[in-house]
Amino acid sequence: MSVIDTKNGLVGRGNRDGARLFREWFDGLTADADAGRGGAYVFVMGSLGELLRSFDLPLVFPEINSLQTAVRHQAHDYLNEAEDLGYSPDICGYVKADVATQRRGGVLPMGRIPKPQIAVLTNACNTYIKWAEIWERMYGMPSYVIDIPGTRQAGGQTWRGDEGFERDRRYVAAQLKELITLLEQVTKQPFDIDRLRENMGHANRMSRSWKRVLELNQSRPALFNALSDGTIYLGVCNGFRGSEQGAKYFEDLVEEMTYKRDHGIGTLVDERFRLVFVGVPCYPIFRRFSEMFAEHGGTFVHSTYLWFASGGANLGFEYDLSDPIESLAEGLLVGARDAMDSMFFQTQALATMVDEFAVDGVVFHPIKSCRTVSTGLADQRRALMAMRDIPSLFIESDMMDKRVVSEAQLKNRIDAFFEGLESRRLQHATPR
Amino acid sequence: MTPVRVFPEWQGRDLDGILRACQDLLEDTDFPTARRWREAGGKTVGHFQVYFPEEIVHAAGVLPLKIRGAPIEPKHADSRFGSYLCSVIKTSLELALSGRVQLDLFVTHPICDAARNLAAVWGRNVGYPCQILYLPQNAASPSARGYLSEEYARLRGEVEKITGQAITDDALRASIAVFNDNRALLREVYAIKRETPWRVAAHEAYALTAIAGLMPREEHNELLRAVLPLLRARDARPKDRIRVVFEGGFCEQPPFDLIRAIGLSCYVVDDDLLIGLRWILSDVTTTGDPLAALAEAYLERSSYSPVQHDPRKLKEAMLLARVRAADAKAVIVAAAKMCEPGLEEQVAYVHALDEARIPYFVTEFEEGMTTFDQLEIQLETFVENLLFAEEVKS
Repeated sequence: MSVIDTKNGLVGRGNRDGARLFREWFDGLTADADAGRGGAYVFVMGSLGELLRSFDLPLVFPEINSLQTAVRHQAHDYLNEAEDLGYSPDICGYVKADVATQRRGGVLPMGRIPKPQIAVLTNACNTYIKWAEIWERMYGMPSYVIDIPGTRQAGGQTWRGDEGFERDRRYVAAQLKELITLLEQVTKQPFDIDRLRENMGHANRMSRSWKRVLELNQSRPALFNALSDGTIYLGVCNGFRGSEQGAKYFEDLVEEMTYKRDHGIGTLVDERFRLVFVGVPCYPIFRRFSEMFAEHGGTFVHSTYLWFASGGANLGFEYDLSDPIESLAEGLLVGARDAMDSMFFQTQALATMVDEFAVDGVVFHPIKSCRTVSTGLADQRRALMAMRDIPSLFIESDMMDKRVVSEAQLKNRIDAFFEGLESRRLQHATPR
Repeated sequence: MTPVRVFPEWQGRDLDGILRACQDLLEDTDFPTARRWREAGGKTVGHFQVYFPEEIVHAAGVLPLKIRGAPIEPKHADSRFGSYLCSVIKTSLELALSGRVQLDLFVTHPICDAARNLAAVWGRNVGYPCQILYLPQNAASPSARGYLSEEYARLRGEVEKITGQAITDDALRASIAVFNDNRALLREVYAIKRETPWRVAAHEAYALTAIAGLMPREEHNELLRAVLPLLRARDARPKDRIRVVFEGGFCEQPPFDLIRAIGLSCYVVDDDLLIGLRWILSDVTTTGDPLAALAEAYLERSSYSPVQHDPRKLKEAMLLARVRAADAKAVIVAAAKMCEPGLEEQVAYVHALDEARIPYFVTEFEEGMTTFDQLEIQLETFVENLLFAEEVKS
């Protein structure tokens, strides 16, 4: 690493700034909770941060809160508490951790979250809807489901100008107008279209940069680990969507990644295998999980998680600021639909990812907690194998529940996977 | 629409014989009615649980076949899925992969995250189109009705591609009339369950209802018209059983023998078993725009389930209303194993029943279960406690 790197702190800045922003975000939420201010409870697939910020609503992401309990090795306490209330061991661990969080007055390892003043969600994950119904029962606050029609059939995406697309866009736009009226009632604050426009401008800068960051990781060596570093970026992408801070963060990240690319600085010193991760991370052993791959020189150059958990921001969709509501509807439709496609109809996109990122292997990680992501993965793997001659690993665990995470078993499978990658490389290197 | 009679076995039999024929059909995992339909040259659209506007398919002269899993081993389908999944997703796909069911189009719905994935998985494994029908999850929105009409129009177009023929509004209205008759007849079955449950056992009523999804509705209507008078006239006496509502059968179906086992100690006076067949609560209008009428009925005059979000229909309140309307004394709150929406709803149901001081029995099931001894004992104990408490009270 050069003197300039350390002097300017350019390399690693994204992770440092991400951690700082995250702390500041939670400090703000704690202050809101302490002051008795309510928050907008939202989800990563279709958060509408641009709109909610224009009503000065603090954004609370229960998914992010819950995963943090797992990363900090405290999830089991939260899960047990919810299961004692009757919630099944077989449902989403995020939901259960949140139920326990609410029972604890919003207390989390990172701070305290405000109670919901409103919940705004999409149907990108059906569990979002069941989750919001729990809050409705707990607090009697309103929730609004923005129903977003997804892709009906593999390869059947429609786009602006198509009859089907315009029909869906009109439906989403009509719902956004209903939501704005509801937000005015809940916050007792008039809708300010110029503030929305400004926030959408920030979101444009963020989306543009996020797309570029993802593209830059085609570099060899990879500039960031899509699993470990990528999760930090995702936190900012969601928590700061529609804000100046979020836009600047991602512009800075582009600068950092461009610098790393230009100077050949990889996330691993010795990158041997370029991998793609499909699924949701194993948060109960988050760091160790990545290490088990890094020990073999394996780095995750991309993941479907970076698509769907950014709500489709990876597309780089940019709003038309001259027509905010209609454009917001289009962006929400396109983004949430892409997030859904990244889970349900991902085969072709994965094949493209394998090609563009020069991938050596694909790791499928279905989890007990999330059927949205996990249901189709075994079949996706089979379909991808039919399209591309690419080794893959299929390992199951969970994003929250350490009772179904067997580190030793995972390591055995991962070690064997790398043995296979090594021998394949040798075979390909051997002259015939 | 019927090119062939697909279920002749019940004809010429007495009531018990008819009911046995219905049960045999329901338990036949080779789906003989669907096979006969296709052997006669008919086309078939498979639709996954819970609700599907069957009228649109029926109007095209195509058989809408309800795909609701089956008690079979998912030998082929198992490798297409991970471990933590409900059974009905796997066995439904198995029906296609094993060749038990032949389709021209498969349609699933965003009822849950697993079901939405099913269209993609199914589509990668068969040669015919597989789709998601996006029924609205914002049912209370004023924009939902118009959207749903348009979504139904899209579906109409998809079905037209199968037959190569346009589906006219008149044909749709005629189909709506057939299904209105069917829903009215099913309401009568349920009225008998509710008013004189000793005249129709839980598993008999279930079989009579469930086979609706396996044959042209005209045939099912004919069957019900023959059976209903026989049931009303059935010589049976009330027994010392507790009146219960069974809740939790909206998607994956409990094994037939489990329903039979419950019937040994309880009168199931209402339930949500295959609620999609009874989703619309009153006649759909047969005048005007038929797709708009179907959309209106789906949203405005419909039952409830854990997989539809509608703030106007709070599910626990709807359950309590169902219990009261059926004069039930207790509730069996069931859920299919690994069913996220069902298991989540159980918590809300139990809290509401606690508050209303209505006794309940919580259980999980899987369609492939084969032994029910333990459940029978638990249920008998539950029922005995209730009967004993009633005796003490009186």
